Amino acid sequence: MKNVLGRDIPEYIEGIGKLEPFQGAWTKLKKGWMDEPAVAIATKAKLPHENKLCESLEEAIIKANPVNGMTISFHHHLREGDDVIVKCISILSNLGINSITLASSSLTTAHDGLVPYIQDGTITRIYSSGIREKLGKAISKGILDIPVIIQSHGGRARAIRTGKIKIDLAIISASAADCEGNATGAVGKSAFGSIGYSMVDVEHAMQSIIVTDNLVDYPCIPISIAQNFVDYVVKVDSIGDPSKIASGTTRITKSPMDLRIAQLAANVIEHSGYFQNNFSFQVGAGGATLAVAKFIRDKMKKKNITGSFMLGGITSYCVDMLNENLFKALFDVQSFDAAVSSSLLNNKNHIEVPSTLYANPFNCGCLTNKLDIVVLGVLEIDVDFNVNVITSSEGYITGASGGHSDTASGAKLAVAVCPSFRGRIPIIKKRVNTIVTPGESIDVLVTERGICVNPNNKDLELRLRKAGLNIRDIHDLEIEVDGITGIPEKIQFTDKIVGIVEYRDGTIIDVIRQVKE
Amino acid sequence: MVIKQQAQAGTFESSDMLVLVEPVSEGTGRVIELHSPVMVQFGKSIKEEINNALDEYEIKDVRLICNDKGALSATISARVETAIRRALQIQDGVLPS
Repeated sequence: MKNVLGRDIPEYIEGIGKLEPFQGAWTKLKKGWMDEPAVAIATKAKLPHENKLCESLEEAIIKANPVNGMTISFHHHLREGDDVIVKCISILSNLGINSITLASSSLTTAHDGLVPYIQDGTITRIYSSGIREKLGKAISKGILDIPVIIQSHGGRARAIRTGKIKIDLAIISASAADCEGNATGAVGKSAFGSIGYSMVDVEHAMQSIIVTDNLVDYPCIPISIAQNFVDYVVKVDSIGDPSKIASGTTRITKSPMDLRIAQLAANVIEHSGYFQNNFSFQVGAGGATLAVAKFIRDKMKKKNITGSFMLGGITSYCVDMLNENLFKALFDVQSFDAAVSSSLLNNKNHIEVPSTLYANPFNCGCLTNKLDIVVLGVLEIDVDFNVNVITSSEGYITGASGGHSDTASGAKLAVAVCPSFRGRIPIIKKRVNTIVTPGESIDVLVTERGICVNPNNKDLELRLRKAGLNIRDIHDLEIEVDGITGIPEKIQFTDKIVGIVEYRDGTIIDVIRQVKE
Repeated sequence: MVIKQQAQAGTFESSDMLVLVEPVSEGTGRVIELHSPVMVQFGKSIKEEINNALDEYEIKDVRLICNDKGALSATISARVETAIRRALQIQDGVLPS
């Protein structure tokens, strides 16, 4: 069957079940009351002064009574420095456990070591927001029989709440925890800031283990994860490489191209009609996207505008803007650098938020619904404004869905930024490889060669034209760029589906096919 | 024309191509070693661009090592042409080796 974007979606996939085709960003949510029931929280009891502490990670995992076919969840707040996920899977493999469903909030280059455990059948299914490098390549080449399911951060929270992902065991790394399992990522040598992706896991998991390299005297403050959701606590020597978990402050790019695009994007925002007092704002941490914040910061000061809140992945740049009173609050679901942790700890207006509050579409209103302006990077964008942030120009899984579709759908103004081509690869396509965010959610594309406004948004185009910005038809720009780079050869795929891209509401927006070698 | 000496042109920077030319014995043909991050998408057209430049100077026997970093077509033609001209000792402004 075809979904509303014309993508071929199978009705049923062995090992996954029936698929519901994507029908539009709001078609399903308009109902208000959703058909999918929420799953109950596990009912358990502990006696007073019982000991949750385990001697080793292995002991904790054995106590959780692992079985074949179980679902294990993790968070990716340790990013490229994570040392816990692969270790846990190797322990389970040594215990003879197989057919595991791995449900991590995302996977990074730290998880290339999972490939052998997929080959030997320890892991047979994966849910994740992103997959990169060797792991992504291996999956794109068809190493898994059951396709991976790519979810947005909001979509993952929804899937856990509704039991689509049924977590048997949540293993949560924390940079500080006490003997009862109160835990946080905001303090300690491995501090990583917000632990926002894990909160939904511990609430709905049958069992949870807190893994920390910093066992503190009771109580652990702040309590980001509360003890009433934790079964076991284990102290290990290290949860990862602190320099790769979070280091220093994220710097603004020096790339002249990225700065130019960012400047143009800031001009778009300024004249969009949404740049006014109490506006809310989100930017990513990537090159051009973060640089937009720099130009917006200048414009806010110059025009004497103050905003309401900044959302999302929080960098030290956002913290600086909070400290300058340019915004009232930061809502932090994930912190991108080490400098953020101390702000999260000490500034009451820097608020740690769970992913359900951040972006889950199935509740009474997530924070992304309250967004005015978001700036988003893209791997590819097409003439219908559909965005790919998951597969490379060679067709391999290499990126992450993240909060892209969540924020793009909620924001009044979703600005996509990218160079028109990267190293001879045109970024504007007739049709993107894989759709993660539907074109209806993107209002404007900013490139160094011109600004393209979604034809759905005529008023915006009028305002930007009035301001004298270089507005181009996206079809013309696509042809112009192809003329510069040449037209790349089509990537060849087999019929085998290796990945499914779930839209935030659980419908299927696209599938990823095996790359033909 | 016949390649007289080793020569190179270009850099190993993004959007450029580093071209190394070596003489080979007559009858060897064109030995082209191409490394490119966009091989899948542009491998064919890059080889065509290189061969066009070789055709222009009627080079039959040569060894070329091309390290591409996503160069555009005009860059590729220019780098290959300059490398060949240097190898043919017909390029002005080149220090004698």
